[in-house]
Amino acid sequence: MKPLDGLLVLDFSQFLSGPSAALRLADLGARVIKIERPDGGDDCRNLYLSDCVLEDESTLFHAINRDKEGFTADLKNPAHRTEIEALIRRADILIANFRPGVMARLGLDYPAVKALNPQLIYGEITGYGNEGPWKNRPGQDLLLQALSGLTWLSGSSKDGPVAMGVPVADIFTGAQLVQGILAAVYGRGVTGEGAHVEISMLEAMLDFQFEPLTILLHEPSQKIERASVNGAHTLVAGAYGFYRTADGYIALSMGRVADLAQLLDCPALLPYSDPACAFSERDAIKQILADHMPTQTTAHWLSLLEPADIWCAEVLDWDQLMNHDGFNSLDILQQIPLEGGGKLTTSRCPIRIDESILWGNKPAPKLGQHRNAILQEIKNNGGGNE
Amino acid sequence: MLQPLKGVTVLEFSQYLAGPYAGLRLADLGARVIKIERPGSGDACRQLATKDIMVDGDSLLFHTINRNKESFCADLKNPDDLATVKKLIASADVMTHNFRPGVMEKIGLDYAQVQAINPQMIYGEVSGYGNSGPWVHKPGQDLLAQAVSGLGWLTGNQDQDPIPLGLAIADMLCGTHLAQGILAALVRRQKQACGAKVQVSLLESMIDFQFEGLTTYLNNGRQMPTRSELANAHAFLGAPYGIYKTQDDWIAISMGSLSQLALALECPALDVPNSQAFKQRDSLKEALAMQLQTNTTDYWLARMQAHDLWASELLDYDQLLTHPAFKAVSMSLQVTRKADGGNGAPVQVTTTRCPIRINGEASTSSKAAPSLGADTASILEALQ
Repeated sequence: MKPLDGLLVLDFSQFLSGPSAALRLADLGARVIKIERPDGGDDCRNLYLSDCVLEDESTLFHAINRDKEGFTADLKNPAHRTEIEALIRRADILIANFRPGVMARLGLDYPAVKALNPQLIYGEITGYGNEGPWKNRPGQDLLLQALSGLTWLSGSSKDGPVAMGVPVADIFTGAQLVQGILAAVYGRGVTGEGAHVEISMLEAMLDFQFEPLTILLHEPSQKIERASVNGAHTLVAGAYGFYRTADGYIALSMGRVADLAQLLDCPALLPYSDPACAFSERDAIKQILADHMPTQTTAHWLSLLEPADIWCAEVLDWDQLMNHDGFNSLDILQQIPLEGGGKLTTSRCPIRIDESILWGNKPAPKLGQHRNAILQEIKNNGGGNE
Repeated sequence: MLQPLKGVTVLEFSQYLAGPYAGLRLADLGARVIKIERPGSGDACRQLATKDIMVDGDSLLFHTINRNKESFCADLKNPDDLATVKKLIASADVMTHNFRPGVMEKIGLDYAQVQAINPQMIYGEVSGYGNSGPWVHKPGQDLLAQAVSGLGWLTGNQDQDPIPLGLAIADMLCGTHLAQGILAALVRRQKQACGAKVQVSLLESMIDFQFEGLTTYLNNGRQMPTRSELANAHAFLGAPYGIYKTQDDWIAISMGSLSQLALALECPALDVPNSQAFKQRDSLKEALAMQLQTNTTDYWLARMQAHDLWASELLDYDQLLTHPAFKAVSMSLQVTRKADGGNGAPVQVTTTRCPIRINGEASTSSKAAPSLGADTASILEALQ
């Protein structure tokens, strides 16, 4: 038994933000039906990451849409429309991520859907909200990073803007939407009322940056600046960062500069021992370490720092991570059988409930794969008037 | 239904960011969140000042993460205090902690012992790296979780060292996952009247964060991704995806047809089939970078818009915070508390609100983060 067993989700969304929210709901036990247009479906089916394809579809699509069923509908076709209305009547949750106005034109905005099913929780992602000068701009991850100030936080001040190399706006927005949806499902259990849950990628990115933004909102004279070398977090003092060693890289977290000076046998750090200067002298401290750390191996430095309870770690790449017992003991990979006999290896839901792992089991659907079965199910259950 | 979690009480034993960020969101969604803190010092985040900014004795960082919560002081090693905390546990719905493995067992507040007091408790637990394996006792800290997760090799260009993300991504996503698990367990409890143990770790959240790239790597014979030589923004995506310098500023270019792009940017070198976008990624990006430097951001944006290609200018914080688009989402929030433990003049903090809107409205509670122990007396009184 998974915690959301019995909930039905209709996922009208495309690409990553909305579908990643639906994936999480599926992992937590909900039944997710992906509603796609008959001509091609979710554009993500053809978005190939580094040209990697599994059974005719991008690995990206497989990763995001496992454990969902596939239903096709042309929302402008009246017969299909009747089918969708039947599904809406029995659904608990709907997810959409079209630009503002699109669902209204399709007659599927919240007021229209609420009329069909007042208890429905309607989860909606937009790029920039329903108002303002950006409302019609494409809500695409990199553009959100560019517009929200995020590109000036990673790397070092000499780097120019640095995009985060993971679609963080999509993933973070989707994860926030799940919170809003589940809170509303809980609230519905108390009041019996449905709800319209909205989040824009812009608001999600502002929340993601709430630490630096609060500094600027609270003290507008402040500046948020990256370190000049080995940048890691614009607000953290001292050594904090990744450093090259003789054979790899080491991460140094928060710790007293005086301790590092002694343990790493780095007297050049001693003038910076006063914790009061750890932020203002951050660049000098980092430069000294950037020069010093390549003189020894990562293992050597770890052997000096870890026994003294200095927070540090080896910087790994994926090959190293996959071969590490620390990774393997998480049991975080799963194999999902594909329709054509192959297998998809992917990571699982990161949440454990009652000490159990929430394993997936179904591959991403072929376009419209479950359409007939779902129509039959509606028919058997009274044509959607349930 | 502006406050769907109204009536839910959360006891927050968590410190720093991951657990308290989950608590913040639950508070935003209507829950009553009570921080259970050590007398004298409380959540260590109270003294963790970024840029040395303190407000009424607490770091601005603490204020950012803990607005709209209450504070109850208890020394969990003191039997009387522990007995009181157990009374709170008996009537609470959710508790969260992020102590290292073994600590709650020693105190006597591990899940089994809490279940004995309150079988319907949703018990949320944050760790760094799970509860087994060689990293169990490694400090669960954001930069270290980023370091071991491989994330550093996705950001920046090919000739650069690994680059961490410039925000506490592991803490924030892990806190979000914790809240997701807690909320799913609350939904189940409504139907089945059962409690739950919900566990998340920083490392598992970092694996999940990288799931699309990792899935590609795991299914293509484990070919390691390589960041592009220039304008890297996603190691698995082909040209033009990235940020480029223009004559006067920068421009972010997303996905799109290369032949359209060649037309829009007057750059014939880009006119190759889209199937070449990844194979010839670096040479295409090089040609694009050269061309974009010959004119201004506005010029290129207008041309790209005319061809319906996705691109945008880049804003820094100064530009963002004065932009009408920022004002349009009304994201700033003023919160207030009385200084000096409730006896002084009101102090205000301006921060950001919850990004989620319910029925068109965002929660705008003006309650600031609590002073240490601000609610101890009233909570004790209510227990009598």
